[in-house]
Amino acid sequence: MSASAVHSLWTSAVGPIAKIDAPKIEYAQLAPTLIVVGAAVLGILIEGFVPRKSRYYAQLFVSSVALVAAFAAVVALAADGYGTTKAGIAAMGAIAVDGPALFLQGTILLTALVGLFTFAERRLDPQVHGNRVDSFAAQASSVPGSDGEKKAVKAGFTTTEVFPLLLFAVAGMLVFPAANDLLTLFVALEVLSLPLYLLCALARRKRLISQEAAVKYFLLGSFASAFLLFGIALLYGYAGSMSYATIAQVVDGTIAEVDPALVNTMGNDVLLLVGSGLLIMGLLFKVGAVPFHMWTPDVYQGAPTPVTGLMAAATKVAAFGALLRVLYVLLPGLRWDWRPVMWAVAIVTMLGGAIIAITQTDIKRLLAYSAISHAGFILAGVIATTPEGISSVLFYLAAYSFVTIGAFAVVTLVRDAGGEATHLSKWAGLGRRSPLVAAVFAVFLLAFAGIPLTSGFAGKFAVFKAAAEGGAVPLVVVGVIASAIAAFFYIRVIVLMFFSEPKPEGPTVAVPSPLTMMAIGMGVAVTVVLGVAPQYFLELAGNAGVFVR
Amino acid sequence: MNPVNYLYLAALLFTIGATGVLIRRNAIVVFMCIELMLNACNLAFVAFSRMHGNLDGQIIAFFTMVVAAAEVVVGLAIIVSLFRSRHSASVDDASLMKL
Repeated sequence: MSASAVHSLWTSAVGPIAKIDAPKIEYAQLAPTLIVVGAAVLGILIEGFVPRKSRYYAQLFVSSVALVAAFAAVVALAADGYGTTKAGIAAMGAIAVDGPALFLQGTILLTALVGLFTFAERRLDPQVHGNRVDSFAAQASSVPGSDGEKKAVKAGFTTTEVFPLLLFAVAGMLVFPAANDLLTLFVALEVLSLPLYLLCALARRKRLISQEAAVKYFLLGSFASAFLLFGIALLYGYAGSMSYATIAQVVDGTIAEVDPALVNTMGNDVLLLVGSGLLIMGLLFKVGAVPFHMWTPDVYQGAPTPVTGLMAAATKVAAFGALLRVLYVLLPGLRWDWRPVMWAVAIVTMLGGAIIAITQTDIKRLLAYSAISHAGFILAGVIATTPEGISSVLFYLAAYSFVTIGAFAVVTLVRDAGGEATHLSKWAGLGRRSPLVAAVFAVFLLAFAGIPLTSGFAGKFAVFKAAAEGGAVPLVVVGVIASAIAAFFYIRVIVLMFFSEPKPEGPTVAVPSPLTMMAIGMGVAVTVVLGVAPQYFLELAGNAGVFVR
Repeated sequence: MNPVNYLYLAALLFTIGATGVLIRRNAIVVFMCIELMLNACNLAFVAFSRMHGNLDGQIIAFFTMVVAAAEVVVGLAIIVSLFRSRHSASVDDASLMKL
């Protein structure tokens, strides 16, 4: 060892270290997401420090205030002109603040608020040991049927952690359709998925099915996100950047600076095609389109019904938002390659969902397959690749999410001794026993079927019109056929409810608290208003239909 | 060594992981295969980062590690609760909802 080596353990810097620029964060433009994340963190602190008896009220208060405040922030941004006259790219290029992002964020926040009401419902089950109970397990870690579970129920435990979990999931959903680089897309996907995996496992009744649904959702969901991540890796390898705008420029060949490494990779179409294929596959999984739909019926059936409603409505809105942005902003230069693929996916999704739904005997599975076929209808609008395509998809998502969350809220009301009576045979004659509940459910089913004067008709009309003008007439024909098939099983449920004899030991309809009444009421109101007078909302979606790049 | 070789290795690892997810029965092993796929992605990110001479890929690798860790927390909790109520972690046994 030389002498100099001993004395070279440290050295002084030659000059002052160059300053690292702090990232610039536009807090005002990011306010909706930040409010929801902040409230979720506050919810965790409430779990830690507030006495057990008052946690439920504290959590419900914090969550509803946060969702309303975040919605107000979205409205304020829109009133400020974001989305219509200007658009921003915030947080160092990570998040876009434009029309589609704000429109979808507003939709997600409102459906999450409705979902929150169904989460907080505590009047459906009779009181247990003098405590009101909600739809969630007393203690998720206790083994179903064990002494530990009985003790937890007797002590009146409730899983109030569902509220912060809901807020975290909503935060992920808010970022997902606004993500403007691939890393943000991936992180948002995980932030929205991980709380949902947990929420699926938390049912109070039928816990084995609930846990099974959670395992299936978790394993398949992470499998799909691994594919999405590999797709991101290949796209990064192709373009040397994560930003949507830069990758789109590399795809178009209009990028200004080309370094030698980029010259090597940007000629490699395998990286681009395989990468975007894997990326779109991961998104189609979240959307629930047909080759990747296998998880949907099991997870929708097994999860607690309020969670199913939230997943079916808000997750689908967020996932379609992300898919739209990826196809329209990241890969517009590749549309001659992805359009045929999406054509095929849309056709099998519309027909597959509608045909398999006919054979279902469980109302939640039926609604799951109906959700799959609706994903196909929305994909028809996505394929249009026109401004009308964007705005019709936005409108459809807003209309559809309220119908869905309302329908699942009605499902929570029809109960027998074992909890919710989801088997279709038990719904026979419901219209004679509880005409109001059956009538409300009929309105939702008619909206799913796309009967005029409901929001479903306005949405389907807008999407099919955009698809036809975008040159996809055969797709519209298939869509109309699929709608006719789907109308058959929706009408069948209505006939079952109103024109068959009620069974003597049939289910009862629980009288809910004002929370669920508000949820169902909002669902009906939006369904009817968007159906009777869709013009204002179509214009709103039309004004919001431009992506920023 | 040519960084492209690391890409081949990443693709190979990813394929091994995906095959494992499809053919293994134990939920824990399936989950480990998913982790292998995520790590294969990490290797690809780092290799591409080296090829392009920018640091984006290495930063993403860190994010992926954090996400994978969060996924382990959530996933093990779900799998352990399933195991405790059924005394089996086989994904073939979880078939209560099959039609």
